[in-house]
Amino acid sequence: MADKINERQVNSIDNGRAELEDRRQIEQNNREQAMLIFEMSRDGRRAYSLPACDVPVKEGLIPDAFARRRDADLPQVSEVDVARHYTRLAGRNHGVDSSFYPLGSCTMKYNPKINEEIASLDGFTGVHPYQNEESAQGSLQVLYEMDRMLSEITGMKRVTLQPAAGAHGELTGLMIIGAYHRSRGDAARTKIVVPDSAHGTNPASAAFAGFEVVEVKSNPSGGVDIEDLKLAVGQDTAGLMLTNPNTLGLFDENIEEIARIVHDAGGLLYYDGANANAIMGICRPGDMGFDVVHLNLHKTFSTPHGGGGPGSGPVGVKKELVPFLPVPVVECENGRYWLDYDRPQSIGRVRSFYGNFGVVLKAYAYIRTMGPDGLKNVSELAVLNANYMMKRLEDSFDIPYKRICMHEFILSNKKQEHNGVRTLDIAKRLLDFGYHPPTVYFPLIVHEAMMIEPTETESKETLDSFVDALISIAREAENEPDRVRKAPYTTVVSRLDEVKAARNPVLKWGD
Amino acid sequence: MSRYIPNTQEDMEQMLSEIGLSSVDQLFTDIPEGMKLSRALDLPGSLSEMELSGLMRGLAKKNAHCGEYACFLGAGAYDHFVPAMVKQVLSKPEFYTSYTPYQPEISQGMLQAIFEYQTMICQLTGMDVSNASMYDGATAVTEAALIAVRSTGKSRLLVSQGLHPEYREVLKTYGKYNDLVIEEIPLRDGITAVSELDVMSGVKGSDGANAANTTLGDENAGKATTGKSDIAAVIVQSPNFLGAVEDLKWFGEFAASKGALSIACVDPISIALLEPPGACGIDIAAGEGQGLGNALNYGGPYLGFLAAKKAFVRKMPGRIVGQTTDNEDKRGFVLTLQAREQHIRREKAVSNICSNQALNALAAAVYMSVMGKEGIKEAANLCLQKAHYAAEKLFATGKFAKLSEAAFIKEFAVRALHEPIQAINERLLRHGIIGGLDLEKYYPKMKDCWLLAVTEKRTKQEIDDMVRIAAGGES
Amino acid sequence: MKTYQGIKYTREHEWARVEDGLVYVGISDFAQNALGDIVFVELPNPGKSLKAGEQASVVESVKAASDIYSPVSGTIVKVNEALEDTPELLNAEPYENWIVALEPENLSEMDALMDEQQYGDFCAKEA
Repeated sequence: MADKINERQVNSIDNGRAELEDRRQIEQNNREQAMLIFEMSRDGRRAYSLPACDVPVKEGLIPDAFARRRDADLPQVSEVDVARHYTRLAGRNHGVDSSFYPLGSCTMKYNPKINEEIASLDGFTGVHPYQNEESAQGSLQVLYEMDRMLSEITGMKRVTLQPAAGAHGELTGLMIIGAYHRSRGDAARTKIVVPDSAHGTNPASAAFAGFEVVEVKSNPSGGVDIEDLKLAVGQDTAGLMLTNPNTLGLFDENIEEIARIVHDAGGLLYYDGANANAIMGICRPGDMGFDVVHLNLHKTFSTPHGGGGPGSGPVGVKKELVPFLPVPVVECENGRYWLDYDRPQSIGRVRSFYGNFGVVLKAYAYIRTMGPDGLKNVSELAVLNANYMMKRLEDSFDIPYKRICMHEFILSNKKQEHNGVRTLDIAKRLLDFGYHPPTVYFPLIVHEAMMIEPTETESKETLDSFVDALISIAREAENEPDRVRKAPYTTVVSRLDEVKAARNPVLKWGD
Repeated sequence: MSRYIPNTQEDMEQMLSEIGLSSVDQLFTDIPEGMKLSRALDLPGSLSEMELSGLMRGLAKKNAHCGEYACFLGAGAYDHFVPAMVKQVLSKPEFYTSYTPYQPEISQGMLQAIFEYQTMICQLTGMDVSNASMYDGATAVTEAALIAVRSTGKSRLLVSQGLHPEYREVLKTYGKYNDLVIEEIPLRDGITAVSELDVMSGVKGSDGANAANTTLGDENAGKATTGKSDIAAVIVQSPNFLGAVEDLKWFGEFAASKGALSIACVDPISIALLEPPGACGIDIAAGEGQGLGNALNYGGPYLGFLAAKKAFVRKMPGRIVGQTTDNEDKRGFVLTLQAREQHIRREKAVSNICSNQALNALAAAVYMSVMGKEGIKEAANLCLQKAHYAAEKLFATGKFAKLSEAAFIKEFAVRALHEPIQAINERLLRHGIIGGLDLEKYYPKMKDCWLLAVTEKRTKQEIDDMVRIAAGGES
Repeated sequence: MKTYQGIKYTREHEWARVEDGLVYVGISDFAQNALGDIVFVELPNPGKSLKAGEQASVVESVKAASDIYSPVSGTIVKVNEALEDTPELLNAEPYENWIVALEPENLSEMDALMDEQQYGDFCAKEA
């Protein structure tokens, strides 16, 4: 057919990616198994450099009973070995800087380089957390101002920067809810209500915080089923965890009624801020009726994902819950910043020290770069980009929720499954086009879901390229389904045997 | 439009027209009007790159930092040497801008690096399995305690007061929500008072905690021992918070004799010179990996490591990388044992952890690759020699008293006989030195006590200056 | 989808049969198919007592970890240790490979379970 899009053509549209032939060559080079660093080790090789001991050396400082008998068998390699090893590994890895990462629920936006530079300044990296406050005023100021700015963005009273990740923030927020009820003598509130469309960390965090989890159904348009919610809440409800827009990428317009139902039953409302990229400057969870909020700095606020972390999960609360925040809280008086430990109702600590400061710093720089108008543009373009992609894909793929989406939308494989092509296969075939696949098999309430979140940092050309690739895969699924089902073909490894990995785990070299 | 938002007015108009809308506002009609913000966010206006840079440098200048000051502060975060290679590798965008390796075909780099990290942690600690990281030492120790609770079906924990005070606080916080009974074992002469342990282990928890008393939903109580005691775990730190080396073998045996698990919180640099937990019969090792190639960063991001005996592999929280093959029989790596994790098991998950500290683990792996078998020993040895030199010199001034006869590696506590610690630290700061920790804050009975850390970075000159000024040699 | 004459089924896709006074429990063909390749079976300790509906075991595949509930109240007398090294037996022969065997408190609890016909209908509705 005249309009069959072949891989080469699709590749050349996208900015900055190698032609297919070049990419195949690079893959070929990398295809040789990367050696493990232990396999490169040779006795006597070294990459380290330490000065000679400049104090008199003494023997016998460690009693025999405690002295290590067998050295740790860490690798012995030269510096050039280390450099090449990690360069080779980097060549076998793929980041946002490599290409488009339309992962729904993850907000894989571009990571600004100036933030990396700022975060590497000695004046930030070299500060010990136990230095006296006078000598750390710069860092304390960053934490304090971040509290203020995030409070404004979310409509909350105060924000703690202590939690190290979103799930950690959820746990912290739930502990605060528990502490609040207990402080009012309300010990019967043992249940947290969670929609069936929720991210797995929600029920996991609730269980971890000692609550029982009650699931509430979603209605056909993807929002919380109001009638089911009325049945689910009662005197034993501590709270409801919700994200809005929800995990289907849809804004639940019943949010006011939902808030009223939960509050009337005496429960609190928790906002999972994973989807905050859709609403910045447009509306705020605090104004929607939420009492506790967590944010993901590594999603909405552009800090890098780092291959799995570190993230940061600040938690914001309404006035009544401020006394329960983790300790210490950064305060400011007459331009002087200090750590307040005198908080008798605090839930305590959820980690050592004050938070993932290095991550908070990057998010701070991001907010200062964008300013209020910039943040609003972020959400506007995030939502526009998603709707544009959804429109272009509506003929090739089944779209379970046919309405304006927010910053992400869902496809399913209903149009492809008659040929035995699953969402997983489509995802793997996308790898051949040089893209990271979207989120797959989440949320659980959509069969064979594929969730796409472009974010605002992508151009229309990138979106078009990706859509073209997906459309060509849909066509393949019709005409050559086997080609899709056996993908990927051009990656350094093909599909990996995950059953073998789980059945007989080999979790370190030498196992 | 911001430089991070590529689409122009023209692009936007084209896209809106494709959707069949005329303005961006029409995309937000699902949001009730009354709920929308009617004003701009009250935030400072946007800054250009140059302005931002100037602002942030100004903030950084308000801090004293280890690049300019000689740091003798430790207490769980250390000014260890970080080789140049670490920063170079961590700056590779293929690593730091990448996502969690759920799609292994394009994440072999990160997966292999983490597999190597897991291996190195096992080599250091002498354990069989390590996970891919936890948030920090405090949460790693806490998760270790929860593994013990789940495995034994018991809920009582005996925790040494030598465990970092903030770690004990975190344990208490998590414990409150999981019905744990936490009892602290006091210190005597700087180390855990083991005589107390015997007494404590014979006494039931205050609510007669029984084997099924756990709210974590794991009904594996059947795996408990024949009920020698109601203790789930004994938790000890070595070197402890005051720097003293504890007898891990003793704790390993003691816990086993009570049908409990033993958990050791260890320091990854000091361990190069000490018998590791794996060789001492310890069940689970946890701790803070910041000293392995990660900067001080005012407290984070750091690196919790968690390693255990083989029997606990399916009880480990967090991500774990495993080796396997692809359909052409090539070696490859994947996240494995995910059925325990939040995205599958949801409320029955072993833990709620999702994002971890992957990049910090990468830094640790690079550090351990560079330092290697010999380098880490040498670094630890330099700490050992310099710390003992510093202690000797302090005692020689006659102004500082020894607190304990216990062995130490890179950290030790002394009592100041002439002045409050605050005054000493203020004077030191004026002379470009960051002094040690005032211990009274954490151990109220330790008045005028000072915790000093001496790493491989401290020169003889710095140590001599510190001693002289601390003793009151200058104003 | 295989079923097996003479044994009973639960709504959670366990099967149960009585043999020499013990109740043997396993997972049905429907369950093993839904789970996919089974990688691990968590076996309880003999001697553990359970009420009907309490968790007896956990069966793990790559994509799921499924709780196995005891259909009757009783005490676990033995567990199928072959599953420790070869969990995939549950995929290959789900009815031939039991997971736990209980000494039942009250055999009449078996009457509440579904027979082959009822279970077949139940699965047809679930699919």
